[in-house]
Amino acid sequence: MNNEEIKQHIIPILPNAVFEETGDWLQVQVEVSEWKQFTRWLKSETLQMDFLFCLTCIDWSATATGKTLLTMVYHFTSTVFRHTLVVKVKLDRNNPEIETVSDDWRTADFHEREVFDLFGVRFLHHPDLRRLVLTDDFEGHPLRKDFEDPVNMIKL
Amino acid sequence: MEHNKKKEIETASQGNEQFPGEVHDLPGGGVVISSFNEIINWARSNSLWPLTFATSCCGIEMMSVASSKYDFSRFGFEVARATPRQADVIIIAGTIVNKMAPVLKRLYDQMADPKYVIAMGACAISGGPFFYNTYSVVKGADHVIPVDVYIPGCPPRPEALLHALITLQQKIKSGLTREQIRVEKPQS
Amino acid sequence: MYRETQIIKDTANNYSTGVDADAGELVINVGPQHPATHGVLHLVITLQGETIQKVEPHLGYIHRSIEKMCESLSYRQFIYVTSRMDYLSAHINNHGCSMCVEKGLQLEVPPRARVIRVLMDELTRIASHELWWGAMAMDLGAFTPFFYAFREREAINDIMEETCGARLTMNYMVPGGVMVDIHPNFHKRVKDFIQLFKSKIDEYDDLVTDNIIFKNRTQGVGVLSAADAISYGCTGPVARGSGVSCDIRKLYPYEVYDKVSFDEIIETGCDSYARYLVRMKELKQSVRIIEQLIDNIPEGDFQAKTKAVLKLPKGEFYTRVETARGEFGVYIVSEGGTTPYRIKFRSPGFSNLSALEHMSRGSKIGDLMAIMGTLDLVIPDIDR
Repeated sequence: MNNEEIKQHIIPILPNAVFEETGDWLQVQVEVSEWKQFTRWLKSETLQMDFLFCLTCIDWSATATGKTLLTMVYHFTSTVFRHTLVVKVKLDRNNPEIETVSDDWRTADFHEREVFDLFGVRFLHHPDLRRLVLTDDFEGHPLRKDFEDPVNMIKL
Repeated sequence: MEHNKKKEIETASQGNEQFPGEVHDLPGGGVVISSFNEIINWARSNSLWPLTFATSCCGIEMMSVASSKYDFSRFGFEVARATPRQADVIIIAGTIVNKMAPVLKRLYDQMADPKYVIAMGACAISGGPFFYNTYSVVKGADHVIPVDVYIPGCPPRPEALLHALITLQQKIKSGLTREQIRVEKPQS
Repeated sequence: MYRETQIIKDTANNYSTGVDADAGELVINVGPQHPATHGVLHLVITLQGETIQKVEPHLGYIHRSIEKMCESLSYRQFIYVTSRMDYLSAHINNHGCSMCVEKGLQLEVPPRARVIRVLMDELTRIASHELWWGAMAMDLGAFTPFFYAFREREAINDIMEETCGARLTMNYMVPGGVMVDIHPNFHKRVKDFIQLFKSKIDEYDDLVTDNIIFKNRTQGVGVLSAADAISYGCTGPVARGSGVSCDIRKLYPYEVYDKVSFDEIIETGCDSYARYLVRMKELKQSVRIIEQLIDNIPEGDFQAKTKAVLKLPKGEFYTRVETARGEFGVYIVSEGGTTPYRIKFRSPGFSNLSALEHMSRGSKIGDLMAIMGTLDLVIPDIDR
């Protein structure tokens, strides 16, 4: 399916979704409140997006326009139809919370723990949300742009 | 005949490369004259057993040294032990991060004296390519345990590791191990 | 300080942690320093007798904060850090990063550089699978294959050293092409290596693949169905051993992969033996690709002309390449400066490891070593 067809499938489900087609793949912005039902629908028969291959977060606070913004980025693809979709969700930096998708895509388990560890985003209903790559008593979330660690980080 | 034997005695006791001590051939056997320290150091240096401790890329070069092209079992390092209780030397091959540092310290404490440490690669010497702008790398393994020999390189060639092992052997044969240095200092 | 110490304390004091201490359950640690974990992986295993109930990987023992570090390195500098991530496929990692930067700059790579890049990639794939084979056989108790594998790896390292200057972290691919032209001896050495290697593959099959003990230890062990492989995000030989077609070189061809003929190896056994066979057959396909390309390297430039300081336009770019372990993805978010705003490396080992628990529930500890051997994990790739 190409981008137009995917758009036609998504518009009935999310009437006010924002689309962007600047890159290779179609990007769609989703609100946090509609997140869970959208991902459930993505896995269903219409699009069959069964492969989540990249899950990450971007902290926009070092830019002029995104001072309180964290964006979650999910890359989905379908092994049946071979089309790819990029889904973005905007979160508030002071209280970033989003529903987990690890019950539909098991790979999200580790990816979400890593995002929690490095950015501080809380995933609701995650089976086991705790730090993954840092020590258990680490304070702070390193990949945020305002992370300061004068002891360990030697700036070039 | 006597002349030849005299030559043998001279070469056998020269320097620390050969057997340390004088060998006198007498009818009915021979006599070796040496000091205990020299013989023990010679024996220790020629059979150091390394601990298999490789965290990242330098570990692959250490495995290359263990394999047939750059064999290190020629120098006595053949038996690479997995448990620190049976190992003499720990070759720190790879980066040490904050989460791994207590593990390294625990392994070092579990080794029996006399024990030696070789820091292999730029990461183990000083943090290496991960020195600037990292929040989790220990900038050098000698922040955690005392190191005897440093090998620069990223990763160092296998010949560099062999050179380091031979340097360590010469350091041991020269007489003063780290424990002896520690003991001698308060007295002097 | 660490959670596993708390688990062991709670079990010792018979507190309820979800682990029933009276029923003979035991919690043991494998690693971080362990000869069979191929790096510093810490597994906390809950056992009932010798049967595994639960495997919990603890990561982070080689977390070198590469993603944060790359935010302060320029677009030419960050590529070399990625060779230290999955150091056994160092060329392929560098290739993926260079391709992402080229995508951002809309740069065209000359044909000579493309062919050289693919040749180096396939040689790296052979070297990586060699080491995997030797290490896996060593974990299962056979020491000889380790020495045989390193003997061939040394031949490849010599070829790399002559052209690229280094044996392990080669730093040869740059945005625009390759750093220097290939050495005049390159043709002859690669051809001699191919001749030598073809006879050796049969030797490997005789030694390990048809061995009755090896077959007993790997057949039926670590079963991962195709639907589970997709759900856990597995790529590379792990997914191809379960029947999922996911070779990036075939699905989304890059460089000259659409012009050479090779097969995508898919096995339907879903167990460890199938994953083993996938990698052994991939060795033969890599040799086939090298044979087709080594005599047909086009003349021309080996590097496209670029500015000294690279600046990517504002936007986001994703490239994927097929390393020896699976799909390696580079996701760059750029705000128009000379350093990337955010880089995410999608590493294959991270997703392959999450399938470990599912595969090893219900098997014995000896089987766990066979399963980890076929997953082919490189831990710095997982922790980044």
